[in-house]
Amino acid sequence: MVADAQPIARPIPAWRRLIGRLADDRNVLGFVFMLPAAAILLLFLAYPLGLGFWLGLTDTPIGAPGHFVGLDNFISLAQDSVFWLAVFNTTFYTVVASFLKFFLGLYLALLLNRRLPFKSLLRAIVLLPFVVPTVLSAIAFWWIYDPQFSIVSWALIKFGLLHSYIDFLGDPWHARWAVIAANVWRGIPFVAITLLAGLQTISPSLYEAATLDGASSWQRFYYITLPVLSPIIAVVMTFSVLLTFTDFQLIYAITRGGPINATHLMATLSFERAITGGHLGEGAAIADAMVPFLLAAILFSYFGLQRRRWQQGSRD
Amino acid sequence: MSEITRRGMLKSGAAAAGLAGAGLLKSRTALADVAWNGAAPEPGASIRVLRWKQFIQAEFDSFVANSNKFSEQTGVKVRVDAENWDDIRPKAAVAANVGAGPDIIMGTNDDPFKFSDKLLDMTELAEYLGAKYGGWYPIAKTYGMLGKKWIALPQGATGGCLNYRISTMRAAGFEEFPKDLAGYLKLCQGLKAAGKPAGFALGHATGDANGWVHWCLWAHGGKMVDDNNNVVIDSPETVAALEYAKQLYATYIDGVLSWNDSSNNKAFLADQISLTFNGISIYTVAKNSPEPALRAIAADMNHSNMPIGPVGHPTEQQNILSTYSYAYTKYPNAVREYLRFMWEKAQVDVWETASNGYVAPPLPAWNDNPIWTADPKTTPFRDVLKYALDVGYSGKLGQASAAVMGDFVCVDMFAEACTGAQTAKGAAQRAADRAKRYYKS
Repeated sequence: MVADAQPIARPIPAWRRLIGRLADDRNVLGFVFMLPAAAILLLFLAYPLGLGFWLGLTDTPIGAPGHFVGLDNFISLAQDSVFWLAVFNTTFYTVVASFLKFFLGLYLALLLNRRLPFKSLLRAIVLLPFVVPTVLSAIAFWWIYDPQFSIVSWALIKFGLLHSYIDFLGDPWHARWAVIAANVWRGIPFVAITLLAGLQTISPSLYEAATLDGASSWQRFYYITLPVLSPIIAVVMTFSVLLTFTDFQLIYAITRGGPINATHLMATLSFERAITGGHLGEGAAIADAMVPFLLAAILFSYFGLQRRRWQQGSRD
Repeated sequence: MSEITRRGMLKSGAAAAGLAGAGLLKSRTALADVAWNGAAPEPGASIRVLRWKQFIQAEFDSFVANSNKFSEQTGVKVRVDAENWDDIRPKAAVAANVGAGPDIIMGTNDDPFKFSDKLLDMTELAEYLGAKYGGWYPIAKTYGMLGKKWIALPQGATGGCLNYRISTMRAAGFEEFPKDLAGYLKLCQGLKAAGKPAGFALGHATGDANGWVHWCLWAHGGKMVDDNNNVVIDSPETVAALEYAKQLYATYIDGVLSWNDSSNNKAFLADQISLTFNGISIYTVAKNSPEPALRAIAADMNHSNMPIGPVGHPTEQQNILSTYSYAYTKYPNAVREYLRFMWEKAQVDVWETASNGYVAPPLPAWNDNPIWTADPKTTPFRDVLKYALDVGYSGKLGQASAAVMGDFVCVDMFAEACTGAQTAKGAAQRAADRAKRYYKS
């Protein structure tokens, strides 16, 4: 005869019951699952950002501890003509390059959204400037703009349109437009391909209905395409403005901020003061000074381009 | 720590100093009999060297070969990486800040003064080398010493001289290269008239632009700071220098405002300019080229030290190569032993020959390498450290001088005056305002 083996009921410890209850709680679980991401954000985003702000309030040189100096760095920068020139350059560079990238990118996206032969190949080609490493494209532009060896000047002279080489990077305004052209060339694919993805989500039935109602192509664009696309435009332009405002590589490789600081952006000036010049505190203060401009750009994108009523096709 | 007997070394050094006193700048200097008693490298030591990127491949190959020879003799592994001058600076700064990175950095100018308290003490090694090789040139001491302590080991200078085309100089009416400012300006005007003008970088070119503008400033008696680090750049001497530079600029080829350190090399080798300020790399490339056109340029070019201005003494600014190590290195003995080995004349001679005289000696005893005299065109480069002033002149090297250089204050001042963006006086005032932000009392 076999006796039934009855399991002995052991009492569950309180801590295990607590864990069990917590594991069943969606809020607690959600919090726990977010912890790794939060740790990464804190470590790699919040801490460097906080450290940057702190450094901006100190006179820290390279390789030695600094002292808290309050707003001294900012007061000193306010009296620095090169800093204000860099602020102007950065604003001009960002505004002009972003507008050009937007309009040219949108135009390109609209073209690529049509039925074209070799559409896939064309889309791949459009992406090329974005795929090439920035430094490589910057070096290519540096050659294109070379005062003695520029292919552009050479070609224009060969065609009899010019008699001497263009001083692309030696004149302050030539240099500003030259680096903007390089930035636009590099930035258009990002805008074009992202907007193209947005265009393809628009239902053709909207256009068909509008066409039946007698809408012109401009009306179809203004009342259908643009409002439906505006959330994507907001995101794309926010990123585009941020990336343009904080551009470093193109300027550093092409002009180093010259001539006479005419192309110095806040990012390149920050690097020059902090690393080349050894004044980490002042370099950090310049970087900190970029934040209000960046916030303004983000707020403009979100509140300017995401107006609900406008998206729904009516005027504000 | 090294076990060098300072007394013995100084005793021998006295003999060397005597020799140096008798003929410090003579090319042939007797080697003093000094013993190096530094500690042996740590067992299993492995060191990483980050040095300036080569302009002449044979120079780098020879440097690596010397390093390999050291490894074979001592068992210490040596890894050599090379980066552009401008890229070494941020890496050196980061290494100093985080306390990790290369064991040895071969960088430029006053970088070690930015983080001097993080560096390995080189005093005994530098004193040993100075005693053995006839004493360091004064400028080498300025760049190597902080107070009485050596924080860096001067490697020399990528000597900058005036590179000129002989035929164009003659076409401009000169048989010899002018030694004074009036003659020099006349030459530049003549070169332009001859159709092959001068070209000097006036963009943010660390070596070339800083080189000629500082020479011009100092030649007229202008300077950024006085002996007590007071900013004195806004002076009549500076204005005179800027007015002179403006006349020079009018004779330059177009586009120099955007030139970087390699632009003048390209233009000279492309036969577009006939005069520029550069190291020996242009000549070396042209001379060793398989292309007849470039070899013809080499045959038709020569070098000269910078003319002397109203101050009456040489006022050159050179790109000094400074080697330093960090206190964080795990192998300080291996580092010192490696540097000693590389700085010994046996290795230097091989390396200098391979580089065709790319690095001007910081020690007079290195001068007797035949490379400096076998081809007379290289001789001007040998002596550049005799004629150079430091970038903190006439004050002290440190954070402020490094920042003023890093911010291109002097280059921008000349660019503003030369292009007419500012009057000479206005450019000097702006430079003073910018410099005062760093030279705070």
